[in-house]
Amino acid sequence: MQNDDVTWSIINKHHCSYKIKTETQWFCRNQYNVTGLCNRKSCPLANSRYATVREKKGVIYLFIREAERVYTPHKEWMRIKLSKTFITALQQIEDNLVFWPNYFKQKCRQRLLKITQYLARMRKMKLNNTKKLVPVRRKVERRLEKREEKALIAAKLDNAIEKQLLERLKEGTYERIYNFPKQAFDVRLNEEEMEEELEEDVEELKKQQKLAIKEEEEEVEEVQDEELREELERGIVRMQRNQESDEDSDMAEYDYSDDESIDDDGDEVGDDEDEDDGEEDTEETGHVEYVADFDESEDEEQERDIEDLPESLSSASAAAASSSVHKKSKAGPSSQLVRKLDTMLRNDMDSDDDMRAQDEIKRAKYAPQKALNPGAKATFRKKLIKRKIRAIYERQKAEKEKSKVKVRR
Amino acid sequence: MKSIEEINHIKNKENRRKLYKKYLRIKRRERRKAEFLKRKVVAEQGPDAWPTKPVRSIEGEREDEETAVHDAQEEEIVIEEAIDTYKEYYQKEAKPKVLLACTSRPHSRTITFLKELKRVIPNSYVKWKANAKIKQLGIAAHLRGFTDIIVINEDNKKPNSLLLTHLPEGPTAYFRLSGVKVCKELRKDPNDIMKMRPEVLLNHFTTRLGRQVSRMLGAVFHYSPNFKGRRVCTFHNQRDFIFFRNHLYQFRSEEKVGLRELGPRFTLKLMWLQEGVMEGDYEWVYKPREQETSRTRFVL
Repeated sequence: MQNDDVTWSIINKHHCSYKIKTETQWFCRNQYNVTGLCNRKSCPLANSRYATVREKKGVIYLFIREAERVYTPHKEWMRIKLSKTFITALQQIEDNLVFWPNYFKQKCRQRLLKITQYLARMRKMKLNNTKKLVPVRRKVERRLEKREEKALIAAKLDNAIEKQLLERLKEGTYERIYNFPKQAFDVRLNEEEMEEELEEDVEELKKQQKLAIKEEEEEVEEVQDEELREELERGIVRMQRNQESDEDSDMAEYDYSDDESIDDDGDEVGDDEDEDDGEEDTEETGHVEYVADFDESEDEEQERDIEDLPESLSSASAAAASSSVHKKSKAGPSSQLVRKLDTMLRNDMDSDDDMRAQDEIKRAKYAPQKALNPGAKATFRKKLIKRKIRAIYERQKAEKEKSKVKVRR
Repeated sequence: MKSIEEINHIKNKENRRKLYKKYLRIKRRERRKAEFLKRKVVAEQGPDAWPTKPVRSIEGEREDEETAVHDAQEEEIVIEEAIDTYKEYYQKEAKPKVLLACTSRPHSRTITFLKELKRVIPNSYVKWKANAKIKQLGIAAHLRGFTDIIVINEDNKKPNSLLLTHLPEGPTAYFRLSGVKVCKELRKDPNDIMKMRPEVLLNHFTTRLGRQVSRMLGAVFHYSPNFKGRRVCTFHNQRDFIFFRNHLYQFRSEEKVGLRELGPRFTLKLMWLQEGVMEGDYEWVYKPREQETSRTRFVL
């Protein structure tokens, strides 16, 4: 006891390495301090009879020190493991500190409570918070960034993608959709041939279908059937070819001008290349697949023919048209193309001007319409109605004003 | 003319300088002569006449991997792929349904990225994960018919990693995300990304591991693309970095394609690949100390 008083008088007034002074309070850094404050009662150095509660790795212990053991620091602190249940732990503290001053019992109990609370919180956090903080390895990050940049340059992405797409085209994954000619120059001749054939074919088709129906009803198998079927198929294939040529021209004319990133060769005769080569398709017969977007061609030559087309074709085309994303009506390919090529071949400057004038007229007539919203009609009607209502309202207003004016007078 | 070594050994600075300048002059002259000659020869005989210097590139000097796939029809590979967890997809029986999620309290940048990913990947749904665990998510999602989960992790307000899991017991791949560019940064309109199913290109996946990863990435998209939509999603592997790009293409002719980029861009680097949904053995882990000793050795 004497020692305690002496120690305290020295520590309090002079230097204590565990002491931390702040504006309002003095703290004690000693591990065994019950309260953590620098007080006469809670100073572990100045009290030879001392008790604390501490935890290590989630296990809570009660530490007791008696006056006899102060001089053997190795055996100084007696350690008692407390139960995991809070209530039994309280009881244990009570049992071990039976005749001790109340101060220590109280402080130990409080400390036990705090420790159990924070341990429970830690366990809950571990369960919930799945985020793990990972240190950033600076050198590794730096290296990876640099390597990524270099890899990007080495990749030449656009080239690689284009190459792959062209390979796929060659392999035939886009078989039904794209048709590219072998020589652009043959196109014009083929076009003319095709147009002539078309007209003939359509008339034939009509006849043949009627015949076919009759024959089906009669159920007579004749040699004619096969021939007709072949001709039908051929006709249908030619129809399909024409449709595809339309669709290709659609693609060629799609307005990619806004996009700067596409490789553009400028407006060149390259558009011709999107046209069909009749030679390629003659091999495929019998398989009718309406794959391409079929927009009604505005070509005056063909309009008549298309109206006469059998209903099946038109229904399929309607379905295809409705599903297409780019709803733009465009001038038929063949007429424009044919004229372009005509002018090229003739090298006639006058016809060029004519062509240009005709082109302008066509553009004005069949200018690409804005894509309509599905509810466009409804909104338009609404607008009309609104206008009418407005007109009525204003009329009434005017009448009212007139009447008012009269009254005033 | 003295060689550069001899010049370097001269102690007298003035003399050395003079000789060095002379040396440089002579060198320049010779180079110009060579260029002139080359131009002449090429003009006369065509570009093949002048032998080009061999270009050294890392791709050219890449060390042969033991696990490199030379023949995709190899028995081992065919058998393995017929049994693995993606067989239903590649036999065109199971349609993918993707769950997109991000970690709790995401920044707006991550959210926009997620939303754009949703547009890129057909049949995908964005859900907020909050603090849910991925294993639990996996079980719940599988019950609702999802086939894949993609979780985007965020650090310092930027998306920094992507976790791709295949349900029910599929492999998990954890990628490090970098170079994320959202539509706005590319000055593109995210509404341009149409709902049509895109085609998928998987370039340069050469090893077995690469093959596995490419199968995982490819299985997120539907197996039958809409060719009319003309949309391509590319995963291009270069030196273990997987670059993702989203393009609209158009064939100008048999030898030319036009590409228009739409949508987000990002690069992935595989960090680890684990069997099972966040459990099981690690098939491969990124260990920079061991694996980055050689510049010419790559894993994918």
